[in-house]
Amino acid sequence: MLSNTDLQTLFLTFKVASFATFLMLLLGTPLAWWLARTRSAWKGVINAVVSLPLVLPPTVLGFYLLILMGPTGTIGQITHWLGLGTLPFTFAGLVVASVLYSLPFVVQPLQTAFASIGEQPLEAAATLRASPLDTFFSVIVPMAKPGFLTATILGFTHTVGEFGVVLMIGGNIPDKTRVVSVQIYNHVEALEYTEAHWLAGYLLAFSFIVLLLLYTTLKTQPVTHQLK
Amino acid sequence: MLITTFQRTSIIVALLLFGQSGWSATVLVAVAANFSKPMTDIAAEFEKETGHRANLALGSSGKFVSQMENGGPFEVLLSADEKGPEKLEQAGLTVPNTRFVYALGKLVLWSTMPDYVDNQGKILSTGDFKHLALADSKLAPYGVAAVEVLKNMKLFDKLQLFFVQGENIAQTYQFISTANAELGFIALSQVLENGKIANGSGWIIPDNLYAPIRQGAVLLKNGAENPAALALLEFLKSAPALAIIKKYGYALAQ
Amino acid sequence: MSPPITARFLLDYGDFTLNVDLQLPGTGITVLFGHSGSGKTTLLRCIAGLQHASQGFLEINGVIWQDSHRKLFMPPHKRALGYVFQEANLFSHLTVEGNLQFGLKRIEKKTDAIAFQEILELLGINHLLKRMPSRLSGGEQQRVAIARALLLKPEILLLDEPLAALDLKRKREILPFLTNLHQHLAIPVIYVTHSQQEMAQLADTLVILKDGQTVVSGPLSETLSRLDTPLIQDYEANTVWPATIIEHESGYYLTRVDFHGGTLSLPLITAAINTPIRVQIYARDVSITLDSPTNTSILNVLSANIIGLSDNHRGQMVVQLQIGKQILLAHITLKSSLILNLKIGLAVYAQIKGTSILN
Repeated sequence: MLSNTDLQTLFLTFKVASFATFLMLLLGTPLAWWLARTRSAWKGVINAVVSLPLVLPPTVLGFYLLILMGPTGTIGQITHWLGLGTLPFTFAGLVVASVLYSLPFVVQPLQTAFASIGEQPLEAAATLRASPLDTFFSVIVPMAKPGFLTATILGFTHTVGEFGVVLMIGGNIPDKTRVVSVQIYNHVEALEYTEAHWLAGYLLAFSFIVLLLLYTTLKTQPVTHQLK
Repeated sequence: MLITTFQRTSIIVALLLFGQSGWSATVLVAVAANFSKPMTDIAAEFEKETGHRANLALGSSGKFVSQMENGGPFEVLLSADEKGPEKLEQAGLTVPNTRFVYALGKLVLWSTMPDYVDNQGKILSTGDFKHLALADSKLAPYGVAAVEVLKNMKLFDKLQLFFVQGENIAQTYQFISTANAELGFIALSQVLENGKIANGSGWIIPDNLYAPIRQGAVLLKNGAENPAALALLEFLKSAPALAIIKKYGYALAQ
Repeated sequence: MSPPITARFLLDYGDFTLNVDLQLPGTGITVLFGHSGSGKTTLLRCIAGLQHASQGFLEINGVIWQDSHRKLFMPPHKRALGYVFQEANLFSHLTVEGNLQFGLKRIEKKTDAIAFQEILELLGINHLLKRMPSRLSGGEQQRVAIARALLLKPEILLLDEPLAALDLKRKREILPFLTNLHQHLAIPVIYVTHSQQEMAQLADTLVILKDGQTVVSGPLSETLSRLDTPLIQDYEANTVWPATIIEHESGYYLTRVDFHGGTLSLPLITAAINTPIRVQIYARDVSITLDSPTNTSILNVLSANIIGLSDNHRGQMVVQLQIGKQILLAHITLKSSLILNLKIGLAVYAQIKGTSILN
């Protein structure tokens, strides 16, 4: 069975993933919108930058974040100047790192969803007195719903499963940065296989149920129709 | 193929050694992260002396033990503790009577800031640091030793809140070297260059504050028939190897 | 007093330039007619503000929607217009009712329930309210789109080839609704099409565009019969006359109608006396004689004066004829024209072989 410490790590993991997913949707939506619609020469550059975490091994990314967010790093100096201290070994730091790490998993489905909507519904909405912002919430968001669901699922699960980055910047602090992936790994390293199996089992079961629920809701949505 | 003079010479030397020892072989060694620097030097000496080659895999002892339990390929284990080799021995994965302590690890309290850590560790009770880095005591013997030091100094409860724990001693070093943690406990071997602490400031923890970190080596079943594996274990006890071990700040087992 | 609609736009795309300066009436349907690439849709989009012309001035019923000299550009969602796209462009995530309500929710002067019902009936979509757009035929979708635009009580209704994406059967299904609109709407309508049929049936005012420029603009029958349009050489060249039913000759299956300049016998029309109709006469169906023809099977022979002649240099002449207040076009061969020695001012007889009734 699970010890209290293990339960704590499970709870903390979902907390990190929820915060990170929320932030990623907040940041990723305008970013994906811009990427889906811009003809700017910067599109390629920004697309590449957003996708970079896919290329870097997580521990390497984590190592650079440790340096960047540290007292001598650029981000560290900014957060220090803002009176936030430095981010490594904090819950906020973990969330920030997760956002950077999982952002492509949120941006890409959204970008695809936005791009497939096209110009026509936007123009129709404009001729029906809807301002651009109004159009975004009353037309784009509902039409891109499957994209949002996919983005949420991928962003959340990818953050839950994240390990390398956390290992590098977490510091394994109970209740703050000790997440489930690291805890499982620690159990294995400490040769506590039974505990590792239990925790991994719980993580798998829980994640499976969440994914199953999300995908079944997704399936019962009316199929999105192209405009005729 | 272009063969440089150096390569040609090496080949000739190797051929000579081959004639001398009768057989030149390669041994695959799992080395605890804290021992990576000295072992690299020892491996070079070993090749020069015996003609055998030692391929080094660096990592955490715990991981190596799990890998061996599941059919890992290593022939010799140089662990950071005695627990790992013992566990493998109980599992019947080692060659009997080959286990011994090859070095005693030393702990240092270190910071990148010059003059930050004093030579009595008073900084631990007076400093206003935010993070104290140490290896996870569940995973790393250096972490166990660090906890022991703090308990002996009656500072454990007070300082526990400031802990940031590395998965192994190498990661703990990263926390401190990137200044994310102001100071922390690591292996002396990690910061020692030419017999002294190269950067920042440090306090070599006196032996009376923690039980010696006994690092155990063992011959694994995979290497039972490998002359290079046997030779390496012998070489670790030889004078040239012991000199290197000492140079990197380890004590020798009695 | 300034005209109800003034539209001046200059839009340069490099390979295409739209350059128009139009004054249009405040009622009736103005058809923007031209081949694809003539700039008619671009002009409509400029009026809607969907395309931002670098230089432009647009005034609708005294309100200035755009004036580049004053850096004024009202965004599309602030313009009191209704727009119907070539493809119905319904929101796929909303029901028909949701689509209709979308614009309604966003206007200040609410459309009352009666007007709502009237528009649904006018377009025959009452029974479709609960359906999703994907479950509608193309024609039904387009009718919903028209209703959605009308419910906004726009100052002007803009239609961009609303029938182009439909097959002939659907076109026939919608045209009567559009003709109906014509009689019920008090607002100006601008209608883009490349179909002569739709143009002849719907236009009150005709604007012909070519390569981004206005070729001619004016009332329909006048504009159609002008010799300086690219249309008159076309096989489909025609004139459209407004007329009124005066008598049914049921025994002959004929109806007599009155136009400004005489009467015509047409195949029986099932409509009441005094109903206004449009009669379309193709230039290819008109022949010319110098003497009053006797013993001819052709019922409609009208005395006319030649007021214009145009040679297409491929053996064909277009003859422009004045009949009362109306103008008629006739396509004849160059040879006939020379044999008959046709000249401007000559009095002749026009024989009309066939007619079409447009509504």
